Formats: sequence, C-alpha cells, structure tokens
Amino acid sequence: MKEILKIVKLNKRYHTVNGEIEAVKDFSFNVDDSSFIAIVGPSGCGKSTILSILCGIEKKSGGKILFNKKDAVIGYMLQNDTLLPWLSVLDNALLGLKINGNLNKETKERTISLIKTYGLGDFINSYPSSLSGGMRQRVALIRTLAINPDILLLDEAFSSLDYQTRLEVSNDVYEIIKKEKKTTIMVTHDIGEAISMADTVIVLSKRPAKIKNVYKIKFNDNTTPSDKRTHEQFNTYYKMIWEDLDINV
Amino acid sequence: MSEEHKVYLKKIKKKNRLVLITQIIVFILFIVLWEIASHYNLINTFLTSSPSNVVKTIISLYKEGNLFKHIFITAYETIISFFIGTLIGLIIASLMWWNNFTARVISPYLTILNSLPKVALGPILIIWVGANMNSIIVMALLISVIITIINAYHGFSNTDESRIKLLKSFKASKWQIFTNLVIPGNIKTIFNILKINISMSLIGVIMGELLVSKEGLGYLIMYGSQVFNLNLVMTGIILLCCLSIIIYYIIVMTEKKFIKYY
Repeated sequence: MKEILKIVKLNKRYHTVNGEIEAVKDFSFNVDDSSFIAIVGPSGCGKSTILSILCGIEKKSGGKILFNKKDAVIGYMLQNDTLLPWLSVLDNALLGLKINGNLNKETKERTISLIKTYGLGDFINSYPSSLSGGMRQRVALIRTLAINPDILLLDEAFSSLDYQTRLEVSNDVYEIIKKEKKTTIMVTHDIGEAISMADTVIVLSKRPAKIKNVYKIKFNDNTTPSDKRTHEQFNTYYKMIWEDLDINV
Repeated sequence: MSEEHKVYLKKIKKKNRLVLITQIIVFILFIVLWEIASHYNLINTFLTSSPSNVVKTIISLYKEGNLFKHIFITAYETIISFFIGTLIGLIIASLMWWNNFTARVISPYLTILNSLPKVALGPILIIWVGANMNSIIVMALLISVIITIINAYHGFSNTDESRIKLLKSFKASKWQIFTNLVIPGNIKTIFNILKINISMSLIGVIMGELLVSKEGLGYLIMYGSQVFNLNLVMTGIILLCCLSIIIYYIIVMTEKKFIKYY
C-alpha cells in the first residue's frame, strides 16, 4: 500500500519557567493510505501533542514529518464538540472552507450533500443547541471532511459523549470514514474504541511518549465497531494492550 | 397537548401576571401615598415635593419650551459619550487581545485608572476642555471607557481554547480568529458592556452637568437645589429615570433581535 505520511524521530519539548518537559521522544511511524491508526497511551503521555504537531498548531522540537505530497490538507477533529453556537449547522460545516478560502459553489454543494447523506438534512438551518450530542459530533466530522483532507486526525473525539452515544457515534464515524476512504489517525484513551475502529494500534509509554508496541488488528469479518466488541479476538487484543499500559502505571 | 400541560402553562402565566400586577400596584401605591401625605401635610412638600407638583412642573417646562430641550441635551450627551466610550474601549481591548505585550504594559495603569473616582478629574477637565458640553462628554466617556476595556479584554482573552485550536487547524490567521471567533463569541459580553455603559454614561453626563452645564436634566436638578425648588429637583430625577429606562430597553430589544441562537 502507498505510504502517505512518514514521521521520523519526532521530538517535542515544552518549556515553562519551572523547567522543560519532554512530551514526545523519538516517535517514528509510517502511515499507509486509507489506513486507520489508533494511538493509545496513559493520560497525559503526550499523544494529543503528536496530532497538534501533525496539523501544524504546535511546533516540533526535532525530527521530520514527511507527507507524500506538498500542501497536504489535514482535518482535525477535537475532543469537545467545537461547533460554534452562533452558526447554523450548514455554516458550521462550511467554517473550514470559509477560513482556508476554498468556499465556492462546488465545495458548498458537496458539503450540503455530505450533510444530507449523513442524516442531518432536516437540521441544516438549525443551531447546534437543538441537536443531540451524537448529531453535533457528526456535524463536526462533516466540517472536517468538507475541506477534503488527505489525513483525518481524531483527538479523543468521542470522549465528551456518554457511553451509549459513544458506541453509536463510533459506528457512524467508522462507516463515514470507510465510505470516504480517509486515512485516519485517532488518539484515544479508550482501548476498546481503538481496537474496534482501527486497523493498527500504537501503544505509547508514559511521558515522554515513546512507541511501546504496535498491534495490527485483524478480525475475521469486517463489521461495525460495536459488533467487533462482541468478538472473541476483541478480548484478546484488549488484554494485550491493557497489560502493555498497566506496566507503565 | 395534555390537560395537565395546559394546567401547568396556565399556572405559569398566572404567576407571571401576578408579579406584573403587584409591581404596578406597588408603583401606584407609592405615588398615591406620596400625594395623599403631601395633600394632608403629613410631609413637608417644600422638601419632598409631590406627584401633582411634579406634573405641574413638567407642564410648565413644556409650555416654556424647555422640557424637551433639557431631555434632548442629556440624551444627546449620553448617547455621544456612550458610543465613543464603547468604541474606544472595544478598540483598546482588541489591541490588548491582539498583542499580549501591550496588554501586560497597560494592565497596571488600567487598574489605577479604574479605582480612581473619575469625578475627581472634573476640575481638570473644565480647565483643559472648557466649561462646556465637551467636558461633560469627556467626563462621561472616561467613566465608561475604562470599564469597557477591562470587561471586553476579560471576555476576549477567555475565548475557548479548543475553538481557537479548531480555527488554527484550518490555518486561520489571527484576524480570522478575531472576526470569526472572538467577536461573535463575545457578543453577549459586548451587550452586557453596552448595558453597563449606558448607565455609566448617564452617571458621567449628570456629574458633568452638575459641575458645568447650563442645560440638561443634571442642570435642572442642580439649579433646582440651588434655588431650593424641590419640585424641579424631583422632576429632573423622574425624567432621568424615564430616560435611562428608555435607552436601556432600546439596547435590550437590539440584543433580542441580534442573538437568535438561544
């Protein structure tokens, strides 16, 4: 499979008056096209930092990030649903296009059809306050997809949802991502979420984050994330990753 | 709609109406008691005036052609200083948000200026700006501008971090973050500032008028007290109440029109 992103010996240090903190150390990884990678690790280990650096919000202290093309577009979906309450669903979904200057008739039509395809057609002019948590998360994903990213970054994107909604949204998002054939890197602290959605799980050590283990996740049949949770293999993976994390606590 | 829900809605409506009726009764009772007490000489109308005297004063002011002149002068000064004060305040707060260095340099001076009673600057203003309407406007402006800067900067700098991060992930420029996030995200703060500023400007205008003016409601009150005409003083105060309520409600109505997403 084609490689779309190469991360080589990524390093990140934070500086404060009280000293410096090493957040990420020698993180190297290659990302294949259309793959779904999950990064798990103990909380505060610096896994979100990796995503922030990938999308250019934070500067790296060292190492290389090589995309296979110039000006790769990166879609970043954040922890909390960050829909702006003063914009309608449509305007929220168009926000990224508006800001990066790619809003035109064609991209607008495409976004509207995304909204309709993913079941929010009736709410296109509603404000976020009238949507459920799961629907808001779907709008946030559509907003991220609207800019037609080469890579999708999900940063604990479902952690603000209650368990039930979270499973539903995982199914939703998984289906959308597979349908749109997006390469995805997801950061999560939820082992189950990582196993049920990703095809590769990277386990990080505690800070400074280093790769501790990489698992290729394979299920006998390709079903929805919530179905995968009922498979026997799920428990096997869960146990292995759990033990990886446990040692570091 | 179920019967139970209808009963529930009716109950709420009834309660709201009861509050309104009670409010009106309290007002009327106050006026009536004031009038009765002055009519039967239970209070000294020379000191307290009375509702009927206030009405008479308003009518005679109207006949002299002075009533609306005084109201308009005060309203004009208030609105001018309100707009200039709010505008300057918001601009300075924006600059502070834009440049953290500026914010850190200005901060201690703001604290000093905020705790300083601006009325103490009155005499200086009269000397610098002159004993005219300009010094009244400057006085009112000084009072509103500092509080605007402090409140607006507080709101701006508390803009949700994750939303800023989101916009940055779309490669937003600082200006885009400002126009797409900071300003619309603080629209409630801004309207609260407007509400505060209206009363701040009125306070400033009245203080200024007490010091220097020859017209306006503040002048009416000052002149009335100097010639011991309490009818005039009370009239001035009541007209002032009406003016501030009207301006306040104009802002509330604008806010309701503006903010639709709640």
